[in-house]
Order: sequence, then structure tokens, then C-alpha cells
Amino acid sequence: MPILNKLVIFDENNIEDSLKKAISSEPQDVVMEIRESGLKGRGGAGFPTGTKWLLARSAHADKKFVVCNADEGEPGTFKDRILLDEYTKLVFEGMVIAGYAIGAQKGFLYLRGEYRYLFDKLTKYLEQMRKENRLGNNILGSNYSFDIEIRLGSGAYVCGEESALIESLEGHRGEARNRPPYPVNTGYLGYPTIVNNVETFAVAHIIVAKGAEWYSKYGTSKSTGTKLLSISGDCKKPGVYEVPFGTTISDILKLVEAENTKAVQVGGASGFCIPKAEFDRTVAFEDVSTGGSVIIFNETRDMLQVLENFMEFFVEESCGQCTPCRIGNVKLLEGLMKIRNNDCSLSYIHELVDLGRSMQIASKCGLGQSSPNPFISIMEHFENEIFSQR
Amino acid sequence: MEKTQHTHRAPVSHQPLVVEKGNLGEIGSLVEVEINGIPYKVPIGTTILEACRQNNIHIPTLCYHEDLCLAGVCRICVVEVEGMKVLPTSCTFPITNRIKVRTTSEKVRKARRHILDLLLSEHYGECYSCHRNGNCELQTLAKEYGVDFYRFGHITERRHKVDKSSYSVIRDMDKCILCKRCVRTCIDLQEVGALEATQRGDMTTISTFLDKPLADVICINCGQCINRCPTAALKANDPSDEIWAAIDDPEMHVVIQTAPSPRSGIGEEFGCEPGTSMTYKLNTALRMIGFDAVLDTNFSADLTIMEEGTELLLRLKKLLVEGDSSVKLPQFTSCSPGWIKYIEHFYPDFLDYLSSCKSPQQMFGAVIKTFYAQERNIDPNKIVTVALMPCSAKKFECNRPEMTDSGFKDVDYGLTTREMAQMIREAGLHLPELQNSAFDEPFGDTGSGLIFGATGGVMESALRTAYALVTGRPVPFENLQILPCRGFEGVREASVLLENVLPDWSFLEGVNLKFMIAHGTANAKKVMDALARGELKDIHFVEIMACPGGCIGGGGQPIPTSPEIRQKRAELIYNEAADLEINESFRNPSIKYIYEKFLTEGPCRHLSHKLLHTHYVKRGKYID
Ligand SMILES: Cc1cc2nc3c(=O)[nH]c(=O)nc-3n(C[C@H](O)[C@H](O)[C@H](O)COP(=O)(O)O)c2cc1C
Ligand code: SF4
Ligand code: SF4
Ligand code: SF4
Ligand code: SF4
Repeated sequence: MPILNKLVIFDENNIEDSLKKAISSEPQDVVMEIRESGLKGRGGAGFPTGTKWLLARSAHADKKFVVCNADEGEPGTFKDRILLDEYTKLVFEGMVIAGYAIGAQKGFLYLRGEYRYLFDKLTKYLEQMRKENRLGNNILGSNYSFDIEIRLGSGAYVCGEESALIESLEGHRGEARNRPPYPVNTGYLGYPTIVNNVETFAVAHIIVAKGAEWYSKYGTSKSTGTKLLSISGDCKKPGVYEVPFGTTISDILKLVEAENTKAVQVGGASGFCIPKAEFDRTVAFEDVSTGGSVIIFNETRDMLQVLENFMEFFVEESCGQCTPCRIGNVKLLEGLMKIRNNDCSLSYIHELVDLGRSMQIASKCGLGQSSPNPFISIMEHFENEIFSQR
Repeated sequence: MEKTQHTHRAPVSHQPLVVEKGNLGEIGSLVEVEINGIPYKVPIGTTILEACRQNNIHIPTLCYHEDLCLAGVCRICVVEVEGMKVLPTSCTFPITNRIKVRTTSEKVRKARRHILDLLLSEHYGECYSCHRNGNCELQTLAKEYGVDFYRFGHITERRHKVDKSSYSVIRDMDKCILCKRCVRTCIDLQEVGALEATQRGDMTTISTFLDKPLADVICINCGQCINRCPTAALKANDPSDEIWAAIDDPEMHVVIQTAPSPRSGIGEEFGCEPGTSMTYKLNTALRMIGFDAVLDTNFSADLTIMEEGTELLLRLKKLLVEGDSSVKLPQFTSCSPGWIKYIEHFYPDFLDYLSSCKSPQQMFGAVIKTFYAQERNIDPNKIVTVALMPCSAKKFECNRPEMTDSGFKDVDYGLTTREMAQMIREAGLHLPELQNSAFDEPFGDTGSGLIFGATGGVMESALRTAYALVTGRPVPFENLQILPCRGFEGVREASVLLENVLPDWSFLEGVNLKFMIAHGTANAKKVMDALARGELKDIHFVEIMACPGGCIGGGGQPIPTSPEIRQKRAELIYNEAADLEINESFRNPSIKYIYEKFLTEGPCRHLSHKLLHTHYVKRGKYID
């Protein structure tokens, strides 16, 4: 599956040799370049990548690690798969550049279990890189050495959460850690570790090649550059699109030729549901933020059903470690079943929305902190519709 | 005070923050924190919870426990930190720079209440039919937060079967709130790892290897998990109904022996400060309940010293005089049944290092159903022996098939301090208000068995007797207090030089008797690994207690437990022992009496071997 709308990054036919450029400059200059570009993490949380790298760089330790998060478990996302498959160079070299920037010796690609079919291809690619001296000892004749190992995930959504991912890399049960300390200080085996999304590494590669100034011309001032969106649902042309930050939802709907759209779920199951009235809102960290998933619902969709599917997902995927998420999601789902059975008062739903707000702030990791998002936003916009249909 | 042991198995994130110089300022330097608008100064790295507790600001906790590494999973201790979107858990949040904390904001109160409501919604059963009623952290919180209805409903059907397979620990996972204290206790404190969270999401359960019954896994019955469970999900296997029945049966002569540690702890069950002595009031209570005789386990502790000390000297003689290099040294103590099961599972090839002595509980059982029966002219068939112990592993121990050397079940029931307190309450007695009364004869005198209750106590007693036997003089320590044996450090090592020995023991002249003491099986593991590496060649004697702090921290002792509580219980024992007239086992008149009248051949001879010694089972880690 190709990227349908190639713009800035994925349009380049002959991408310049960022790796050579990075390695021949000072590591802190690479970090500065990324900082100045305004690049924010593409995995969903939108943490400034330059800051993350700087923190890891300034941590004192004799070992550091780079982890590429290719767990891509958010329902409705499939852009990382395409990047890994068709833009392998950008991703792997992006990791080497990151390693150079923070002073790491080793990187891991944490590959979603379902993407096992890519394993051989990616392994061969790494082999090729080693042959070309773009990986391994003394990369491109420098005195910088770095290697990458691919690890397969075990199919748990929560393992995409960076600290759970690290636990999983260490061979433990995939459960989120307490924060602080953050992985940039205390990550894999207790060493400073950066975890970044596949797309983040690819974009960093381009930024090193083209410069921060060039890159930050795209997008908005708070969300520079472009974003890959995995668009699915009720539209004629689903697929992966590159759009500049600041694009409105209605423009996106036009792009994919969606009709009679009732609502758009931006950010996957853990994202927010945007109703028609708000289609002029934009995809940007300061407005509607997303790791890439956009799911379109047309007029025929039953929003209760939609929400039930999301909540079933979370009940299933909660790691079960902390109270708000483990039991809270069950209560939210039970509430929906009560509605379905005509056995639920509006005030109880409000009680559950309130619970959702507590879950958002009191859960241990991003899963429980974001799982109430669809519940809260769908109830906010479609409560009347849901109740009047019963 | 004893320090929490953070083992390699604790995930990195659960380990204490390492404050780096330069990164965060000097270690130990102070940082200002504003809590609810009031500034405080705390050392860098102090958690918000610690800072609050130090300043009398109450924050509720459930998964936090002083003895354990951090989990941050119950989330009840969340607070608001200015500038953070989410509420961090105060137990895990180290203060490293100037922050502003709010502990009672609307968000915090709501979140805590929601968490509590969620826990209660899945918490099966009712408090009035629950053994933790009145001493349950969940119940306390419900009261604290004024819970008067189930906001999110209340589960009405069981989801789990109660696991009653173990002689020692009963697991009712329908009362579990998944705080994982038991998991962390078992793996970090005890290095056993019998318990782990399995499955995910709402299906998450604390389970055993392949979900087997607890009796069929490597659980060592130490009960440390029970002591740290905030709810009724874990409890000891309670024999008090059977004991009441025996008491109620006029045909039966029900004898109870009481160990030192329960006396040091049972007052806590009646609202006394930890470290309040109940020894002689307890005797009165037991008689009022209807026990026919109240005996002092100190007697059999002294007996153990005689046997175990002799055994050690015999081993040394074999090695030094007979040159028998097959002799296993160091000799390890065998009075802690949790430790016995631990070594049987984890180091089955090292069982020969264990003393063959039974524990004091089992020695006494065998003596009661033989010598005591003889002396009192009672049919041993009609004797029921109860052992009041600080320990849940003693329940398993008394049910070991080999513990029938008297021709009967040597000890019929092991009863914990908590269960005893319950019987006393049920009998309508308020223990602290009772009169004192003495122990029954013929074993009413004491030697140095009392200090068995604290880690190092067995070693100290054994040394006193062994030294005196070998040299004819008391140990060269002021008031016989061998201070290197005392304290709470996980593994301790010391030595006593044997000089001017009696002629019989001339081969020991100039021997520097070296010994080690460890408590908590995580520390036992360190010792065993050293033994396996051949590093203990110069050590002669090792005392191991399965429970942190020794028996005073046993799995049957009052809940809660903490380093401070254990310290106070230990202090009580040492203080009481200091007041005793006789502080050496071999000088205990009751001991002299039994060797004169019954075990006439002396220690480690035929009859004592039959009644007072035992053998062990190579269990290994895999059980079919
Ligand atoms: C439940 C959960 C699942 C996540 N799954 C992914 C994922 O599959 N891929 C990803 O890149 N980030 C995922 N994240 C976000 C990561 O925790 C982390 O923020 C991200 O990898 C950081 O990279 P970035 O800064 O480049 O976005 C997930 C977060 C949560 C809470
Ligand atoms: S929020 Fe959910 S997934 Fe995250 S730690 Fe808590 S239970 Fe696990
Ligand atoms: S465990 Fe605690 S809250 Fe639960 S029923 Fe027992 S006393 Fe009540
Ligand atoms: S009794 Fe001891 S060994 Fe058994 S589960 Fe509890 S802590 Fe682990
Ligand atoms: S059994 Fe007790 S200690 Fe263990 S997780 Fe459950 S409530 Fe916590």
C-alpha cells in the first residue's frame, strides 16, 4: 500500500545522505537541529523530540539506548507499517542518527507481533547496512559505533506505551512503570533510553538532511511539519495520507471522499470523537491531536455501537495493574450495556463521565488516561441521539 | 532498623531513585516543597508521601508498604502537583526540585473516592462476615471517605474459588484488591516467587504457577504475604473451631504451649502499643478459656539448644578428632519451618547441612505425649496438643507425616497469635486487664529460650550453652548478652574464641567459633548461594529464620507489621530476658530434670534422636 498523498517527506526521490551529515557534525548540533525544527513525537503524546534527546544526552551513564516503537497497536493506524516496509532507510538511519545524538551504542526496533512478516526483510536490511558500514562498528569511518536489534512484541496494546515496552524488552510482563523517573533517565535496564515512534525517526532523518528552518515552514507554529494519517471508515479512498499540520477535518474528508459524515474519531480508540459541527477544527497538537488514526463514521452509524467497540477494546487491553483503568473501563462498558438494555439513567451516565475524568488523571499510564476519551466525547456530543434511539 | 531489601528482581522503576550528584544537587541536601500552601524542607529524593507523613499530613495508601518496593498501582495516594496534567502517586514521586503539592483538592478527593468506589464494586462479601473486620485497610478507607452506598454497584457472586489446599495459607481472591503486596513480599522480601499476577485487564488475578493450589507450589508457608495483605484475601488456616471442640470435650486433656513471640505481639490485638508484655496475662486467659495446661515453649527451646549445641560439637569432633571430612559444616539451624521448606525446595542438595533437630514446637509435642503423659499419668490418646506460635508455617510443620514420633500426632494444632486473640475475644476476655499467672509444671522454668523470638536469638542461646559446656565458663560477654547476634541487619557474622577449654573438648582449644545469622529467606538465599560457591568453609554455625526480624515478625503475628513494630517486639523480648535469673539453657532446672528423668542417655542419644530429631524431604522446585 503506497502513501496516497505524498507531500514533504515522502516525496523526496533521492533523500540526501543524512547519516553522513549527522555523523560529521557534533552530536549536540544534531540535537539542536531537531529542537529548532519543533518536531514533536508522532506516536501520539507529542512530546518535543529535541527535548527528549537533549534530556537523554545530558543524562550521566555509561550506556544509553534508542528504541523505535513499532508496536502500532492503536486501532485504525497502519502508517508505521508502510514506513517500515517502504521507507526502511529513513527509519533505521533515523535511529542511528538519534543514537549518535544522545550517545547510545545500541538500538531496538520493537516490532508489533502482527508485523512478523516484515521481520526477515528488516533483518536483511540491517545486514545490508552493516555491510555498507552504515551500522555496526565505526560507522562511515567515524569512531561512532551503533547496532540495532529487532524484537518482536507479544500482541498487547499496552506494550506500545513506552515504559511497558521497556519492561517487555527486559523480559517482564508488559506493565507501565511509575513516572518519574522517566525513560530518558532510567529506561532499559535502568539506563537512559529514548523511545520514539517510527515516523518520528523518519522525520528526524529528513530534518537532518534539509534543516530545521526548511522543515518548520510546514504546519503550524506549534505543530511544525506534516503528519501521516491512517484514514479508515466510511470513505471512498481510505489509506495513508501525508497532510500538513493545521489541515481541517473537512479538508481531510474531502481528500478521502467521505460523504454524509456524522463524526470522525481522531487518534484511534484512545482519541476524541469530533462531531460534524466541529469539522472546521484542525489536526494539530494544539487542537485535535493524533498519533495518526482517523476513523470516519457516516450517518448510518450507531454511536453506541461505536463506543461499545472502543470500550470493549480497552477492557480487553488494560494491563490490569492499576485500579482506575482495570475496573473503570469495565464500569464504562457496563454503563453502555445498561443503556442498550434501557436500564440506565442519564444521571448514571453523568456519574460515569465523572469517573472517566478521574480515570484520565489518576490512571498509571496513557492507556487508562486516554481510554475514557471516546466515552466522554461521544457522550458529550451524542448523548441525546444515543438515548433517544432506545 | 532493618532496611528494605531491594533485590535484582524488583523492576528498575520500583527501585529507589538514585540521586546523581550534579544532576540534582548533593545527596542529602534539602529541597523545599510546598504542601497545601505550607512550605517544608525535605532531603532531596524524599517521596511526597514520606514528606507528608513526616509532617503529619495524612495520605491514604493501599499498595504501599514500608517493607516493600514501590508499586504505584492502587492509585489511592494520588496528589496534585502544580504544572502536571495528571495526578501522580505520592508514594512513587521523589521530590527533586521545588514543587507545589495539594493533597486535598477537588480533583484529588474525587479521584480517591472513585478509586475506592471501583474497588468496592468488585469486592465480594460483607465486612461482618469477614475475619479482617475491624483491621482492614480497605474498610478503614471506606470509613474515612464516608462511603455509604455502592456508587458503581457491588458484586454479588463469587468469581473465584477459595484455595484451602494449604495447611498454612488460605487464599480468597474475591477479597483481593490487586495491590500486589503479596507478590512483592513473596518475590522481593522472601525470594520465593510463589505468587504472581496473571492475565490482564479485569481478568487479572494473583495466581500461582499454572494456577495450581498453593499446597502444590513452592510456597514455604511463611505467611509473610498474609501480614502484608491489606484485606481478607489471605489468611492463615484457622484451627480454632477444632480447638474449641477439644476444650469442650471433657474427655480431652488440652495442653497449650506458648512461644515467646506471640506474647510480645498479642497485646497489639487488644489495642496495646507494640512491645507490651502479655506473657503472664496470657497464661490466665488460656486457663480461663479452658486449656488444661499452659506450658512454656521456652522449655523446648532450651531443649533444642541442648540437642542442637551437642550436635554441633559432635560434628566438630568428627571433623577435628576423627578427621571425617564428610561432616557437613556449617551446621544450619532447623527451628524455622518456613526456612526448612525453603531449603527443601530451593537447595535440596544441601539438606545435610541442616541440624537434625526438630523445632521447639515439635520437640515439645513429642515430649508432651510421652514424658508429660507419663508424669501426669494421662493417656496420650486423650491429650490434645496446641502450639501457640507467631507462625503460619508451624501449621504445615505439625502436619508433616514424619512428626509422629511419640506414636501420635506430636502437635495437633498450630495456632497463630491472631487466632489466639480471636479466641480470647470470643471468650469475652480483655487480655490487658487480666491477672498474671505462671506456667504449669514440670516445665515451668526458663533458661535462654525466650530470645529465640528475635533473629539471632537461637545463635545467642546456643553459643551461651556451647561455650559453657566446652570451657566451663560463661560466654565472655557482659550479662551474657552476645550483642553481635542482635540487630536487624539481613546477614550478620561474628565469632567467639574458644580458650582454656575443658579436657574433654581439648580439640577445640583455640578454635575461633564462627557463626552467621540471616533472617528473611531473601537473606537466606544469599547465605546459601555463598555456601554453594564454597565460601562458607570457615563458618561453623548458621542461624536462619524465614521471617524478616525472626519469629517476632512471623506470618501469624498481629497485622500490621513494620520495621518499627518488629523492633519494639524484639526489644520487649530482650528486656524480659534480661530480667530472668537463669540465662543459659543448660542451667534451666526443667532441662536438668528431663535429662535426669527421661532422656537419661543425654542429648543426641538414642531416645532423644527418636523423639527430638527428624529428617528432611528433597522437594525441588517442580512439584507434580
Ligand atoms: C497504551 C499506549 C499505547 C501506545 N502505543 C504506541 C505505539 O504503538 N506506537 C508508538 O509510537 N507510540 C505508542 N504510544 C506512545 C508511547 O508511549 C510513546 O509516547 C511514544 O512511543 C513516544 O514516541 P514519540 O515521542 O516519537 O511519539 C502508546 C502509548 C500508550 C499509552
Ligand atoms: S492505566 Fe491501564 S494499562 Fe496503564 S498501568 Fe493502569 S491498568 Fe495498566
Ligand atoms: S476485606 Fe475488609 S472491606 Fe473486605 S469484607 Fe473484609 S473487612 Fe470488609
Ligand atoms: S506464605 Fe510465604 S512463600 Fe507462601 S505465598 Fe506467602 S509469602 Fe510466598
Ligand atoms: S492477595 Fe492481598 S496482598 Fe495480594 S494483591 Fe490481593 S489484596 Fe493485595
